[in-house]
Amino acid sequence: MFDKPAAPRLFDPAILIPAIKAALVKLDPRQLVRNPVIFVTEVVAALVTLFFVRDLVSVGGSPLFSGQIAAWLWFTVLFATFAEAVAEGRGKAQADFLRRTKSELTAYKLLSPEGRETQEMPATMLKVGDLVFVKAGELIPGDGEVIEGVASVNESAITGESAPVIREAGGDRSAVTGGTQVLSDWIKIRITTAPGSTFVDRMIALIEGARRQKTPNEIALSILLSGLTLIFLIAVVTLWGLAGYSATILSVTVLSALLVTLIPTTIGGLLSAIGIAGMDRLIRFNVIATSGRAVEAAGDVDTLLLDKTGTVTYGNRMASDFLPVPGVTEAELADAALLASLADETPEGRSIVALATGEFGRHVPDAKMDAIVPFAAETRLSGVDHAGRRLRKGAVDAILKFAGLPEDNVPAEFRQAVDRIARTGGTPLAVADGGRLLGVIHLKDIVKPGIKERFAALRTMGIRTVMVTGDNPITAAAIASEAGVDDFLAEATPEDKLAYIRNEQKGGRLIAMCGDGTNDAPALAQADVGVAMQTGTQAAREAANMVDLDSSPTKLIEIVEIGKQLLMTRGSLTTFSIANDVAKYFAIIPALFVTTYPALGALNLMGLASPQSAILSAVIFNALIIVALIPLALKGVTYRPVGAVVLLRRNLLVYGLGGILLPFVGIKFIDVVVSTFNLV
Amino acid sequence: MTVIGWLQISLLFLAVLAVVKPLGLYMAQVFSGGRNVFSPIFGPVERGLYAAAGVDPAKEQGWLAYTLSMLAFSLAGFATLYAILRLQAWLPLNPQGFGSVPPDLAFNTAVSFVTNTNWQNYAGETTMSHLSQMLGLTVQNFVSAASGIAMALALTRAFARSAVSTVGNFWVDLTRATLYVLLPLAIVVALAFVAMGLPQTFHASVTATTLEGAQQSIALGPVASQEAIKQLGTNGGGFFNVNAAHPFENPTALSNYLNIFAMLSVSAALLYTFGQFVGNRRQGWAFIAVTFAFLIASAGVVYWAEAAGNPILTALGLDPALGNMEGKEVRFGQAMTALYATVTTGLSDGGVNGMHGSFTGLGGLVPMFLIQLGEVLPGGVGSGLYGMVVFAILAVFVAGLMVGRTPELLGKKIGSREMKYAMFAVLILPLAILGFTAISAVLPFAVASVGTAGPHGLSEVLYAFTSAAGNNGSAFGGLTGNTPWYNTTLGIAMLLGRFAYAVPVLAIAGSIAAKTRVPASKGTFPTDTPLFVGLLIGIILILGGLQFFPALALGPIIEHLAMLSGQTF
Repeated sequence: MFDKPAAPRLFDPAILIPAIKAALVKLDPRQLVRNPVIFVTEVVAALVTLFFVRDLVSVGGSPLFSGQIAAWLWFTVLFATFAEAVAEGRGKAQADFLRRTKSELTAYKLLSPEGRETQEMPATMLKVGDLVFVKAGELIPGDGEVIEGVASVNESAITGESAPVIREAGGDRSAVTGGTQVLSDWIKIRITTAPGSTFVDRMIALIEGARRQKTPNEIALSILLSGLTLIFLIAVVTLWGLAGYSATILSVTVLSALLVTLIPTTIGGLLSAIGIAGMDRLIRFNVIATSGRAVEAAGDVDTLLLDKTGTVTYGNRMASDFLPVPGVTEAELADAALLASLADETPEGRSIVALATGEFGRHVPDAKMDAIVPFAAETRLSGVDHAGRRLRKGAVDAILKFAGLPEDNVPAEFRQAVDRIARTGGTPLAVADGGRLLGVIHLKDIVKPGIKERFAALRTMGIRTVMVTGDNPITAAAIASEAGVDDFLAEATPEDKLAYIRNEQKGGRLIAMCGDGTNDAPALAQADVGVAMQTGTQAAREAANMVDLDSSPTKLIEIVEIGKQLLMTRGSLTTFSIANDVAKYFAIIPALFVTTYPALGALNLMGLASPQSAILSAVIFNALIIVALIPLALKGVTYRPVGAVVLLRRNLLVYGLGGILLPFVGIKFIDVVVSTFNLV
Repeated sequence: MTVIGWLQISLLFLAVLAVVKPLGLYMAQVFSGGRNVFSPIFGPVERGLYAAAGVDPAKEQGWLAYTLSMLAFSLAGFATLYAILRLQAWLPLNPQGFGSVPPDLAFNTAVSFVTNTNWQNYAGETTMSHLSQMLGLTVQNFVSAASGIAMALALTRAFARSAVSTVGNFWVDLTRATLYVLLPLAIVVALAFVAMGLPQTFHASVTATTLEGAQQSIALGPVASQEAIKQLGTNGGGFFNVNAAHPFENPTALSNYLNIFAMLSVSAALLYTFGQFVGNRRQGWAFIAVTFAFLIASAGVVYWAEAAGNPILTALGLDPALGNMEGKEVRFGQAMTALYATVTTGLSDGGVNGMHGSFTGLGGLVPMFLIQLGEVLPGGVGSGLYGMVVFAILAVFVAGLMVGRTPELLGKKIGSREMKYAMFAVLILPLAILGFTAISAVLPFAVASVGTAGPHGLSEVLYAFTSAAGNNGSAFGGLTGNTPWYNTTLGIAMLLGRFAYAVPVLAIAGSIAAKTRVPASKGTFPTDTPLFVGLLIGIILILGGLQFFPALALGPIIEHLAMLSGQTF
């Protein structure tokens, strides 16, 4: 199988060169009209080009000046389309790879549900509801549900994970994805998605940005940018009249230059690149979002609904302590527990071995076991016979029965230990050596290391975490307090989850959750951000607005961070773009009127060489800043989980104040270059 | 500049700060519909008015019905006032026997008072009968202010409520604002003015014998009552042509103080009322902080510029310690003239106690710029509050994304609808101001009205349209405004500035009211902190500056720079 392509470097020639071509194609005004700021820039660039031509052919014009202004205006447009092309290009490689997996799939359509006779046909001819038969070595022709059989399937084409997964009829592992390969056995599949809208198709479309629609926040931001463009259009057009009052005739070229430097071309040019790069970042985290809207919503999430198992704790209960009865040492108990668990291949058994050999420093004896007693539902204990000892571990009452100890003969310490373990939500396992009770093993859900800090960080960001578990309230409360979640939902049914989500939403909060089972589907659909596991059912994947290819429930936290980063990048560049205008005024306004009113030279704070050089430098700065910010737009502004107040202060300082100051330096520098080389 | 001057300025702000909270709380009580101290007196009147008009005070309106009520009321007000002015010659209470007001001036004046602008292209004492003053202009002084307060309340309720479809009842808000806020305050202030020596009489004039033995007719009238509501309702339209520079409108330093105090209090207190309504008083204080920061800084700049004087006159041997006293009343001096000019333009009051056109370039720039910033500092009664909220929406939108959440203000998410309406509203000022100024700057017959050559002439035109579109009403002086061109275009600018701004604002109110209020968390963008105050100041300054910098550069800025290099116009 193929390997998933790694994240490309920022300036990979394989991306840059096609991007230049794509950037030229995007100059088509019919495409550009979707982006009003850049569209206006293009119209203005075309206009100035006309004046350049006029200057060339007429006497007394200054074609060197208007020509350079026109060229830089075109560069401004080109840099904007280039930014979008680069962002799209980064996803292209991945899309091409996916496309290979789905090209020319063949389907074996079953003629009857019971039989095995099939008819060979191209996968593109399949309809929803068709039944197909797939056997070892074949590629699954489309998205569907296993209705019969069990098979191991290699899904690395979409997940990048090479370990095969089991797909079987019924239950939560019945969904299969077109383009993945059956490795062993056979399955019958009911096709659930029409060709062209399968998971892989959707992935390709999303990655390429072909079906990219503007998200609500992008639309609102576009309105702001269009409004600002209109305001500056009014300011610049009326300036012609105002200047006319003092008998100053302003040329179209300089007014155009002023307009383009004032309208928010920086954010206008980078806006769609930021959106595409956000989706791309998510894809590199192995999460597929069905819409940009979901990514945006992720940044706004107020409450995270997290499954206990797999997110907060490891999947299984683990031994955490050995509590011997009086007269038995910890070491003795640990040795006995170790021996009794050696043959136990369950995760619990292995965790006992790990605890004894690790923290308690015991060693596995070499001698052979005399007999192995496997766990059985009737006896509810397991163990070994070793060197004449009959070592057993198991449920407390089962062990007491095995040891032949009557209830009232049990040491008080033992009873207290058992009670304490049960009270804190753990499971006590008693250990006995024949008729001698040795002690108890504390089995409990182990909270993942570091998760408490993650939750604390989320709290700083203003996000509540809610743990969802099927455990009883006592167990749930114990784990919740240990993990530091804000709330928990014990003995939770899918209906409880749905009700909880609805209730939070009624209070205006946005909820994110993840799930995999069919019974999670309603809650996934209801949640503002629903993340389905790739290993989950088709129903869950359909209901969710994101699919996690790694099937890791902890992903939710990263998804929220990516959403926030996307919004922050947008906001920072908008602020930067608007703040930039201050310096441009101080460059251009004195340049326009210094001949009429020499005293206005006092506003030439940067000491720019000449009026023409000042105007050209501002235009050049305005174009180059787009290119300079492409890496930031693609990588995103650094996000740290600190409170809103700290974030705002920092970003205002960097992008607000920095945005005001930087162009003063930049324009001055360009002016020095322009005047040194006598460009105007 | 003197210590006394600064003390005068500081004391005024402290006095206003002292009444902001009690007055703000009182208004919150009035507009929540509860009983208040004046209920026993005005309660029956209020109920009588509802009964007569067939208004059910308990029935609330959606934003559209609210807007249509406001527009219908304003249209009716306009028609009535226009009729009174046109028919003045045949109506009673016309002791001087003034003729009817010509159509274009009547249009301009009617629009001016209905829009709470009070731009006056006429001299009151030589144009308006007592009936026109009292029944025409003063009535609009009350109700145009009350209608501004009503619109602000609609927007305030939109933020205070969660997921509702109504924003209040326009008729109730209008009535309560008039009866419980403006009327009681106006009575108190009018009595205080009478005590300070302002005339309050139906006599047309007194005749005095001058020192040279000539007979001089000095105009009189019901000045004190109109003066009170002129300031309380941020109207600004004077009884006399020279407005509050006239000794009968503003006789003493004390009356000058009361003038400024009266115009600033209600608008500032409404910001507090907003905070009280939305359950976050700190939000109200944050807005007040923005306002006061601008006003204090502006008063300081004007005071400094005027006290520094004109270097050209200094070169001619004038004592530089006197500063620039041109266009100022000696009984007020530079400090109190600077403060008046700042407050009257930060508010959309428009009354003047000195001639802004006679200020230095910089001194004249500040009042003009304050109007161009959108009349939100703290702006006209009501209109200032909703203008401030529009800026707050823009501020959270631009910078709010930087905390990694879609922008929200007071728990209400700002989406594309709000953005669309907000941008539409802020487009109006540059369109009306720059558009009309640019056209007037190139039309020969419009340029002919200009009183002064050079950039000062452009400042005159720019100021006129700025004042009209900002619904301020103060004049720069110099421009002959009573021509068909300026009467008409200034009238249109006033209409745009009031209604083309207010309608989108009410649409925002409708959209915001329908949204669920999201509880704040640590991830929420805080809008009641010093940081936000700084941000809001920056946004107002940068947005306003970016729109008007080129125009200002060609008017007052070049004027000031030229003065410094020895040239005046």
